[in-house]
Amino acid sequence: MSQPIEKVSIVVSRGSLEGVYPGLIMANGARMEGIEATLFFTFFGLDAIIENRMDGLSVATVGNSAMRMPGGLKMPTILGAIPGMSKFATVMMKKEMEKIDIPPVREFIEMISDAGGELYACKATVDMFHLTKKDFCPQVNDIISVGQFYEKSAGAQIIFT
Amino acid sequence: METVEIVGRKLELDDDGHLKNLNDWDKEIAQEFAKLEGIDAMTDRHWLVIDYMRKEFKEKGDAPSIRKLTKESGVDTKELYALFPKGPAKKAAKIAGLPKPKGCI
Repeated sequence: MSQPIEKVSIVVSRGSLEGVYPGLIMANGARMEGIEATLFFTFFGLDAIIENRMDGLSVATVGNSAMRMPGGLKMPTILGAIPGMSKFATVMMKKEMEKIDIPPVREFIEMISDAGGELYACKATVDMFHLTKKDFCPQVNDIISVGQFYEKSAGAQIIFT
Repeated sequence: METVEIVGRKLELDDDGHLKNLNDWDKEIAQEFAKLEGIDAMTDRHWLVIDYMRKEFKEKGDAPSIRKLTKESGVDTKELYALFPKGPAKKAAKIAGLPKPKGCI
């Protein structure tokens, strides 16, 4: 018989709205199932836990060949670069998410933390972007190295998003 | 599908081990399910969650999301996880005699 998953370590490496949410949904979903969850934010993924950026994440419309217009028609990629397009897509996506009860990033981070999930920022990125612990939301447990990440992930399935 | 005998009554379960018929449920059965899930004593706070879930299910046809549950029942996320350790949504649904929640949040 296959073993049930008991622990997941999820790496969030992207900072767009659609880059951040899959990791958050998977972490929260893990906690809901009684699975231990650790989130590790790296590179632009850090924006999801930076106090003055986490409420302003947006959908990346440039270079996204899967982008559709309202109604389902395929959007020529060049249109993604039109000023305001990312903002429009972001508003649309947030509206649809609220309908199915997916919380905004800040509330989601609080939810995951309250549910016992742990949140960490990647030290290499923090140093590269000249950030400090003060720049992060209070739910962030610590800034850790990749080595510590692997230590904390002992026995876990590692998921990279 | 299987049948179990709880408090002297034969009950049908679905594939997830949840109660098949909503109307078979009563508080005595809930207490037995809770014990099976490792919750020895159901408190008023447990019942608050269970009653809210049953009410939502009867109105909407699915168990509420954890977000909705914590916003509307008065039990916050931390407490919910403390009341129903290791999987609050599934456990509370099982004790409430409801099918496994379908939502992702």
